[in-house]
Amino acid sequence: MIEQIVTSFLAAILIENFVLVRFLGICPFLGVSKKLETAGGMGIAVIFVMAIASAFTWLIQKYILEFFNVEYLQTIVFILVIAALVQFVEMVIKKTSRALYNALGVYLPLITTNCAILAVCIINIQKGFDIINAVLYGTFAGMGFTLALVLFAGIRERMDLFSSIPENLKGFPISLISASLVSLAFLGFQGLIK
Amino acid sequence: MSMLKIIKNGIVDENPTTRLVLGTCPTLAVTTSAVNGLGMGISTMAVLIGSNVVISLLRRFIPDKVRIPAYITVIAAFVTIVQLLLKAYVPSIDKALGIFIPLIVVNCIILARAEAFASKRSVVDSAADGVGMGIGFTVMLIIMGGAREILGNGSIFGIGLYGSAISPALAMILPPGGFLAFGILIGVVNVFSKKKITVIGCDACGAPCQGKDDSREGEK
Repeated sequence: MIEQIVTSFLAAILIENFVLVRFLGICPFLGVSKKLETAGGMGIAVIFVMAIASAFTWLIQKYILEFFNVEYLQTIVFILVIAALVQFVEMVIKKTSRALYNALGVYLPLITTNCAILAVCIINIQKGFDIINAVLYGTFAGMGFTLALVLFAGIRERMDLFSSIPENLKGFPISLISASLVSLAFLGFQGLIK
Repeated sequence: MSMLKIIKNGIVDENPTTRLVLGTCPTLAVTTSAVNGLGMGISTMAVLIGSNVVISLLRRFIPDKVRIPAYITVIAAFVTIVQLLLKAYVPSIDKALGIFIPLIVVNCIILARAEAFASKRSVVDSAADGVGMGIGFTVMLIIMGGAREILGNGSIFGIGLYGSAISPALAMILPPGGFLAFGILIGVVNVFSKKKITVIGCDACGAPCQGKDDSREGEK
């Protein structure tokens, strides 16, 4: 059990990093990585929502979609559940913890259209996880996302300050090219576990 | 605006990939070969045209407050249709694109066009916008996929180019090659156009997800 958890932890964070290897959640990865602080906040919000969304969508898949034999509605149901869930989480946090809301609140509306969340939910079902593994996988995938986001924010903060970049590559293109180098580094983790 | 002008706008002036920089995930992920790029492009175009037409038809009936969930439902319905069609008729493409087919739902090109165009314009204009944006997206995916396939696999549309004389740069069809090819593609487009792209995806996106982190920070 422990071994399995460690394996899935390493796989989700390093070997199949959601952003750098699987190309999920690229928009927030490039959009919210200008400052380390924002990147951290966004990352924590994503971990939080991914874990909750994994649990909810798993339950819905098993006890509603499969029960009524309407698995083809998966895409529609999941995206609406995620959208509703994000709203709900925002409301609950606002009512219960002001501090948490101030820290995560601004990032929550962004998350509905983050494709990594929907992807985690679908992968959970495709891989046939049970609910515990689904929640764990959601959490680990969120951590992988956060790791990539924070690493990249650090690089961009320095890059904006110290490097001279050709006019035509300024901004977006150079971000992609440096993301390519970070991704190359993550390729080195391939084959870490069988 | 005439229909042709709207179509041209989608392909050249406001190309979703290189000018608006929307839908970056599929652009990077599925372009390991030209055929995959073509498959993804056409699937997205089908969803885009369908959702643009339906949202334009319903634009007077959808209350403003629930418009985003309504748009998402319409888009998800079309994605499900495309998903089932691909599974039935071109299973090889369905397998190659994998999870990125259901993820067309959260492709911001579609939601952005629904919000910025289809919710305000006539049905014919919206359909033309869907065609233009769809072609613009498809062309760029084929260029990306083609370039990566030639460099990384030594072939184009599955046809071998230079035999065993030169061994291809495998990295180009691996994840780093995706980022690199996309960065250089936008750089090249920047060389040829007056307006440079320096903003990142979310800032240019018309989607209502409030993705403009910096401006939101300013409000606090």
